Amino acid sequence: MLAVSCRQVVKEFGEGQTRVRVLHGVDLEIPAGELTMLVGPSGCGKTTLISIIAGILSFESGTVELFGQDLSQLKSADLVRFRRRTLGFIFQQYNLLPALSAAENAAVPLLAAGMARSAAVGKARDLLARLGLGEHLGKLPNQLSGGQQQRVAIARALVHEPKLIVCDEPTAALDAGSGQTVMGLLRDAAVAADRGVIVVTHDNRIYRYADRIAEMSDGRITSVDTPQHQKVA
Amino acid sequence: MAWVALQMLYGDRAKYFGLVFGVMFATLLMAQQTSIFVSLMQRTSSQVTSVREADIWVMDPRVQYYDEPEPMPATDLDRVRGVPGVTWAVPYFRGLTNVRAPGGLLNQVFLLGLDDASLIGGPQRMILGSVEDLRRPDAIIIDRAGHEFIWPGEPLAIGRQIEMNDRTATIVGISEADAPFTTFPIVHTRYTNALKFAAGGRNRMSYILARSDGDASAVARRVADVTGLQARTSADFAWQTIRYYLARTGIPVNFGITVTLGFIVGAAIVGQTFYIFVLENMKQFGALKAIGVTNTTLAGMVLLQGAVVALVGYGLGVGLSAGFFAATDGVTALRGFSMPWQIMVGTAAAVLMIMVLSIFASLRRVMVLDPAIVFRG
Ligand SMILES: Nc1ncnc2c1ncn2[C@@H]1O[C@H](COP(=O)(O)OP(=O)(O)OP(=O)(O)O)[C@@H](O)[C@H]1O
Ligand SMILES: [Mg+2]
Repeated sequence: MLAVSCRQVVKEFGEGQTRVRVLHGVDLEIPAGELTMLVGPSGCGKTTLISIIAGILSFESGTVELFGQDLSQLKSADLVRFRRRTLGFIFQQYNLLPALSAAENAAVPLLAAGMARSAAVGKARDLLARLGLGEHLGKLPNQLSGGQQQRVAIARALVHEPKLIVCDEPTAALDAGSGQTVMGLLRDAAVAADRGVIVVTHDNRIYRYADRIAEMSDGRITSVDTPQHQKVA
Repeated sequence: MAWVALQMLYGDRAKYFGLVFGVMFATLLMAQQTSIFVSLMQRTSSQVTSVREADIWVMDPRVQYYDEPEPMPATDLDRVRGVPGVTWAVPYFRGLTNVRAPGGLLNQVFLLGLDDASLIGGPQRMILGSVEDLRRPDAIIIDRAGHEFIWPGEPLAIGRQIEMNDRTATIVGISEADAPFTTFPIVHTRYTNALKFAAGGRNRMSYILARSDGDASAVARRVADVTGLQARTSADFAWQTIRYYLARTGIPVNFGITVTLGFIVGAAIVGQTFYIFVLENMKQFGALKAIGVTNTTLAGMVLLQGAVVALVGYGLGVGLSAGFFAATDGVTALRGFSMPWQIMVGTAAAVLMIMVLSIFASLRRVMVLDPAIVFRG
């Protein structure tokens, strides 16, 4: 099953003289049941591409399908609803709500979908316990280490059982050890038969957690391969 | 998500307190100052409204407000009594005179002379003695504030004698009179005594108090037409007096400035803090947007945060303001000061306006926020 299918995706930024083409017709297929990494030099368009795949950035031409759903066919309100049901997000800077506890933060997608608070937080607690944060459920983000915060973010991305997880540089703010732990947990918890996982990264120390690595350069996908064929540090 | 919105608000202690303080400050300043202003303005007409028996005041056409009556000839009384629709009409004296307390201190007082026969226009509330006691020779009733003024710290007592216009008067009663604007003591006596106690001594009928047989304004108009005098319903005359003070003194400007400052400073504090609060949460709002929270829900969250700030701040502000009036209830100089419900409603409207102004700018930022920022540093 294909989680994501991009065909000839073109993206431009800016107006008039300063208008630049950032994606020059991207073709990419991301299968479900695997973890796909998107790698490439800074500025090549990785963040731009996953923003488009995640339905939070518009594009000039081409098609993007998530599990067969063509994103450009969705009206904006439907797109928001589609994101809510289908997507889980993990950000480099975690983006947790500082006033909410770990469990409450992880419950936010369920709350956004209208679930009652006690049920939502209960579900989030179970998931956090599986991610090794059973001791820290009631702590605020500023009482947690970076790695722990990113684990809360993983729980938030998974709690509503979305079909596609998008992560931009999830380990970039972490030390090597925490990065490995986070990736291990993400892999174990997120990869499932009917789910796609995309991880944008610079960090070649975590390449081994990928089933597949897509290389990008200057707005194009240049190769898609298994990690064994990549240089691993 | 309402709960999430509230946690965001309460979680940022410093800003939450800042916001609530801003609203509270503005509310307190606006509600308390407006109340004092309104109470003060009511005082200017308190001696008109406290005469409950009459519904029409008749006076010389030149009179502009209560505190400067022009004497009328005694014959005017009969002319007023002859107008159809007038049930009764009585003379009323209003003047100033000096009281010499036993210690020798000279005080200016309000002297009110009531019709000898009916004693109409007497004090509504008596603490000691009764209005009927005015029938005794040289009898006067002084108000509690006057007693405190002349004999500070001494218990209220009747039977004391004081000098008024070099004549001896006997205090037969203590009243609780509505405070006049000038806060002079108020002395009630019979009309004929008033002419003796006041300086001058000749016929000085200040007002004619009258009762209509129904439609006071129609009868007042008829009295004016028939007699050529000025005739007003009590309410009209009270308002006329208030308007005079509004137009002729700097008081409204003074209070107006304070109230406006309360509004502006409150709006500035609240608007600024709320804007910063929302701006600092931009990344969180962006993340929520990406996660699939709709603009409508986000707007609801911001509005709820604003509403809570407004409600808590307003509650505290009005509470403090009411507390001030409760605490100063026993202060003679501030007697009768209170916060009417109209001012609470008006202040609520002003707070609502502050909140709408404050939310407006921030809400726009949230609405146009591009969720794509969440993947950008
Ligand atoms: N909103 C924008 N307006 C104009 N140009 C943009 C905008 N966003 C990105 N770009 C440009 O698009 C190009 C691709 O940016 P993008 O962030 O996708 O790169 P990236 O591969 O994620 O880089 P990095 O590894 O540094 O995160 C860059 O040249 C960037 O300057
Ligand atoms: Mg990037």
